[in-house]
Amino acid sequence: MSKGILIYSEISADEYIHTVVFELSSKALELSAKLDNTPVMALLIIRPDLINSYKEAFRNCGFDKVFYVVDERFGVYKNDLFAEAAIQAVRQIDPEIMLIGATCQGRDLTPRISTALGTGLTADCTALDINEKGQLAATRPTFGGQLMATILCKKYPQMATVRPKVFKPTVENVTKDTAFIKLSVDLAGFESKIEVLDYTKKAVAEINTLDSADIIVAGGKGMKNEEGFALLKKLADKLGGTVAASRVAVEMGLASKDVQVGQTGKTVSPKLYIACGISGALQHTIGMNSATKIIAINTDKNAPIFDICDYGMVGDAFEIIPQLLSKL
Amino acid sequence: MKIVLCVKQVPDTSDIKWTENNTIQREGLESITNPYDVYAFESALRLKNKYGNVSITALTMGPGQAEEMLRKFIALGADNGVLLCDKKFAGADTYATGKTIASAIESKISDYDLIVCGQFAVDGDTAQTGPSIANFLGIPQVTYVKEILEYSEGSVLLVRELDCGVETVRVKLPALICVLDNDFEPTRATINGIARGQAAKIERYGIDDIDLGVEQAGLKGSPTYVSKAFRAPQKQVECEFLTSCDDLAHQIKVCGGLCE
Ligand SMILES: Cc1cc2nc3c(=O)[nH]c(=O)nc-3n(C[C@H](O)[C@H](O)[C@H](O)COP(=O)(O)OP(=O)(O)OC[C@H]3O[C@@H](n4cnc5c(N)ncnc54)[C@H](O)[C@@H]3O)c2cc1C
Repeated sequence: MSKGILIYSEISADEYIHTVVFELSSKALELSAKLDNTPVMALLIIRPDLINSYKEAFRNCGFDKVFYVVDERFGVYKNDLFAEAAIQAVRQIDPEIMLIGATCQGRDLTPRISTALGTGLTADCTALDINEKGQLAATRPTFGGQLMATILCKKYPQMATVRPKVFKPTVENVTKDTAFIKLSVDLAGFESKIEVLDYTKKAVAEINTLDSADIIVAGGKGMKNEEGFALLKKLADKLGGTVAASRVAVEMGLASKDVQVGQTGKTVSPKLYIACGISGALQHTIGMNSATKIIAINTDKNAPIFDICDYGMVGDAFEIIPQLLSKL
Repeated sequence: MKIVLCVKQVPDTSDIKWTENNTIQREGLESITNPYDVYAFESALRLKNKYGNVSITALTMGPGQAEEMLRKFIALGADNGVLLCDKKFAGADTYATGKTIASAIESKISDYDLIVCGQFAVDGDTAQTGPSIANFLGIPQVTYVKEILEYSEGSVLLVRELDCGVETVRVKLPALICVLDNDFEPTRATINGIARGQAAKIERYGIDDIDLGVEQAGLKGSPTYVSKAFRAPQKQVECEFLTSCDDLAHQIKVCGGLCE
């Protein structure tokens, strides 16, 4: 019988374990408690020389078992190679639930695994629970965030992807007697149809700061031009925060796509989100409405952003921000 | 080179109704072409214009009215259209959709080289159907494609835009790619194109034409099902409007944890 909750442990291009893995393990511990403490497990697809250095990271996060498969070729992610390894491994592990981060790699890999195993997959979940029948109830926004749907699956494993930052990692260490188990998969005759010729990393400053920032100062179309975004940057620097943008601002070339918040951008949950010149379209707010506090500055007192914010000021951001800078 | 372009009509999301089974009531809804599928089409068309001897078959699974979308793509430069239309396809999740489209391609267009999909559909936004089709066909896939650099005998060279970096890959054909947004100038239909679109014969296939069992399609063939659908909860807060920058600066400090 299928048993346990398996988390795919993505290793990023610069060889660290993606933080979403620990956000998922914290959620998995909660789910496991509702399933008679079914084991929480990880799957690592990894280059042989790296496995030992990763073991430590898994010991204090509540994993009962860490399964790993090794091959020299696993240093570079390729869809067909990783899918083949993962499918063989998941068949052996036979989990009842499998959770994967909805990163580019996760979204690329997971549908191959679910399809090959003949099971379903629920993408970009914002809530996971166990229902009265012991099934995974995966809730996700659809239709641009207008409707939430709770989805169940008739087959095993019940699979779901979750975007980074949707769940919080466990704060305290959960020490368990973690077992590390090597699985063997047969890839001897496997030849990838994909050849990776080049990989260029984006500027670190732009990618990571948004994920970990406590304060985000975000600008939309109302910030009009580069001067507007320079003001946001000044405000962010003063507060020790970072700048984000709406899709329209990104399309206007005022900010990089990496800092776009919303349905087709990032999901963020800072302590404070300051929205300047952003109307508050659902596609935007879906990516930031879990911020602890939201403050908005907008010339239009009827802008929908005011419906979801804690404090608001009606006025021209180009006048208000310079005044704020002198008062902070 | 033979390209299959997988496209989809999506409902205009301002007016959504659900059926008793909690799937979306598609009939009677205003529909638009999924924007990412338009990007996918523009990429395919650039290949066709660059290399010649490329044909594009636009394929969709959907209700009868989706035929209009196929005619529009033909007006813009696709060569023909295939509509997969059958009541038994209704309610399919991404698994059953992938299975249905893959069966249709296998039984009707088996000599394809490249399948081009949009990266997401703006209604469901799962990004799963493309990979699912590829898996059923047993061909490689490349997702998050920003640019098709070149096509040479038996492979394509692609640029992928990922979370943290940009990757250049070569994939052997036949393959499936999922295309992100791009800045191509949208193609406009010519008068001749529109006439061609209207005159074109759209091939229409139902479940019996594509070698698929009833239990493999639609709601029946779907491992997942919607158990509950509800309006997204809004944050329950009453906005307090401030009128002085002193107050605003104060609240920023308090909320941001910058003062006691
Ligand atoms: C499929 C899909 C996906 C999408 N994904 C995203 C996404 O991921 N992220 C995203 O953000 N959007 C996304 N959108 C777009 C979204 O619907 C909105 O169009 C967008 O968020 C609006 O951006 P905005 O608030 O900057 O611009 P607008 O809606 O134009 O708002 C500008 C605001 O600035 C105010 N303003 C003007 N001048 C000033 C001033 N001097 N001072 C203060 N305020 C001023 C105006 O009153 C207005 O409220 C998506 C849309 C679709 C269809």
